[in-house]
Amino acid sequence: MKVLVPVKRVVDANVKVRVKPDNTGVDLSNVKMAVNPFCEIAIEEAVRLREAGVATEVVAVAVGGSACQEQLRTCLALGADRAVLVETDEPVHPLGVAKALKALQDSEQADIVLFGKQSIDGDNSQTGPMFAALTGLPQATFASEVKPQDGSLEVTREVDGGLQTISVKLPAVITTDLRLNEPRYASLPNIMKAKRKPMDKTTPAELGVDVASSVEVLSVERPAERAAGIKVESVEELVDKLKNEAKVIA
Amino acid sequence: MTALIVAEHDNDSLRPVTGVVAAAATAIGGGYDVLVAGEGCAAAAVEAAALAGAGKALLADHAAYGHQLAENIAPLVAEVGGGYSHILAAHTTTGKNFLPRVAALLDVAQISDIMAVVDEATFKRPIYAGNAIATVRSSDAIKVVSVRGTAYDPVPAEGGSGIVETFDNIHDAGLSGFVGESLAVSERPELTAAGTIISGGRGMGSGENFALLDGIADKLGAAIGASRAAVDAGFVPNDMQVGQTGKIVAPELYIAVGISGAIQHLAGMKDSKVIAAINKDEDAPIFQVADYGLVADLFKALPELEALL
Ligand SMILES: Cc1cc2nc3c(=O)[nH]c(=O)nc-3n(C[C@H](O)[C@H](O)[C@H](O)COP(=O)(O)OP(=O)(O)OC[C@H]3O[C@@H](n4cnc5c(N)ncnc54)[C@H](O)[C@@H]3O)c2cc1C
Repeated sequence: MKVLVPVKRVVDANVKVRVKPDNTGVDLSNVKMAVNPFCEIAIEEAVRLREAGVATEVVAVAVGGSACQEQLRTCLALGADRAVLVETDEPVHPLGVAKALKALQDSEQADIVLFGKQSIDGDNSQTGPMFAALTGLPQATFASEVKPQDGSLEVTREVDGGLQTISVKLPAVITTDLRLNEPRYASLPNIMKAKRKPMDKTTPAELGVDVASSVEVLSVERPAERAAGIKVESVEELVDKLKNEAKVIA
Repeated sequence: MTALIVAEHDNDSLRPVTGVVAAAATAIGGGYDVLVAGEGCAAAAVEAAALAGAGKALLADHAAYGHQLAENIAPLVAEVGGGYSHILAAHTTTGKNFLPRVAALLDVAQISDIMAVVDEATFKRPIYAGNAIATVRSSDAIKVVSVRGTAYDPVPAEGGSGIVETFDNIHDAGLSGFVGESLAVSERPELTAAGTIISGGRGMGSGENFALLDGIADKLGAAIGASRAAVDAGFVPNDMQVGQTGKIVAPELYIAVGISGAIQHLAGMKDSKVIAAINKDEDAPIFQVADYGLVADLFKALPELEALL
């Protein structure tokens, strides 16, 4: 069984991004980049499926600029067997990525395609289900547990009301939530080994897909700042302020 | 120009967030209809048709739609929605599950988690955990949009046309099936609809200690939330997580207890009207957004607070 794991290069989760003064976007120069945390969880799950003997091959794929090779190498160090970069300098957006991945899936024929539930830059939460629609595959989003069955997967999903368990026929799409697993760290020997693992390159044009976006970003602004508050000295004072100043409790 | 709203409901009744989506449709202008897909959900369709400004409600009542499985709901929404200018749903785990599938079936982009409508093609949405707000314009013929639950006040529950039409085309992909669920049962208000929220973080120390929040929540009629760290540690279930990758809330009063104030947590609550924080570390980042900060040990402060309310 083959597992395909699409991964995104994003700003590291610990970076507080700044909006550019000309309001055209956020300033990404000299900012630490990383594998999107949910994609890292997806790689970890795929590697565990291989370690458990369920999967035989884990393929990491990124759609984006040539710098994505750095994140693909990280995925190889974390245990992926090989990587594919679909190289484009166009800004990537969910539908375009889903189309490129669909074209790749046509030749890869993976049994499980494991996405992160959202990327922490665009916060769109779209690519996995879009890919599932384009390929006609079932989907189990926001997974916190994946149990392989005969010809299907039983997946527990984190939903607003609690937990839901569904069963999806293979091949299937999964998107990961935070509690699915705790990703490992890449060991030094594995980082060295990753350098020799295969990384293929292709382009959207070679795959025959158009990744242009129909959505134009007009401006990017800083959110409204909250006015600085005060420190209170005691619980009495807190209750007094909430009652008589803010008037939010009776 | 008419929008199609996909209702969020539990088969018995509409969820309040559907009224918020209706308010976004109203801001777009041009009227809206509501699709209610589910099983045994006729009463929810009656409520949907009554929403202020509603054209008609379209009822798709079938076992295939009972659990909102995306493989069955998405082709239905794409079929019905093909004749509309906009397709709108809530940016909840239900909406996030099926709506991108709808957009891909229609070969259009989706605009996720909008906070405001600028005009019929232009929307404001948060990116980078709310550290930036993007204004985006779509050139697609059909705009597929998910709406943040805190974006607007819900439209009134009355004033709509009252017309319910049934829709008989059934989409059953046969690719997925419902196995079971364990849903939180609580007497308290839902997090996303609560006027007051008290949330606990890693500082609470254990699941048992969350009981310290109960008495306060009772007195305030508040919902109880949590940080990711508290959920990851197993103190409380996942449905209580507030933040960038959990629930987005904007109550009148948000009280953060033993929560440091990481950007991912702030992303979920910094639009609250009033924020109070209790933390023993005077340098905790939560104090930078709190209107009222109390530097104290929560194990001492919480019993005092309960007694004073
Ligand atoms: C991809 C990703 C997604 C994430 N999504 C979310 C999300 O949706 N929501 C979210 O909340 N986080 C999210 N996080 C995690 C976030 O970065 C923080 O790790 C998390 O919010 C920390 O939770 P905390 O404040 O409870 O814990 P900590 O940061 O450990 O803070 C605990 C606080 O409790 C205080 N404290 C301890 N003991 C006491 C005491 N006795 N009395 C008073 N105060 C005390 C401490 O001073 C400290 O400030 C995400 C992270 C990533 C990488």
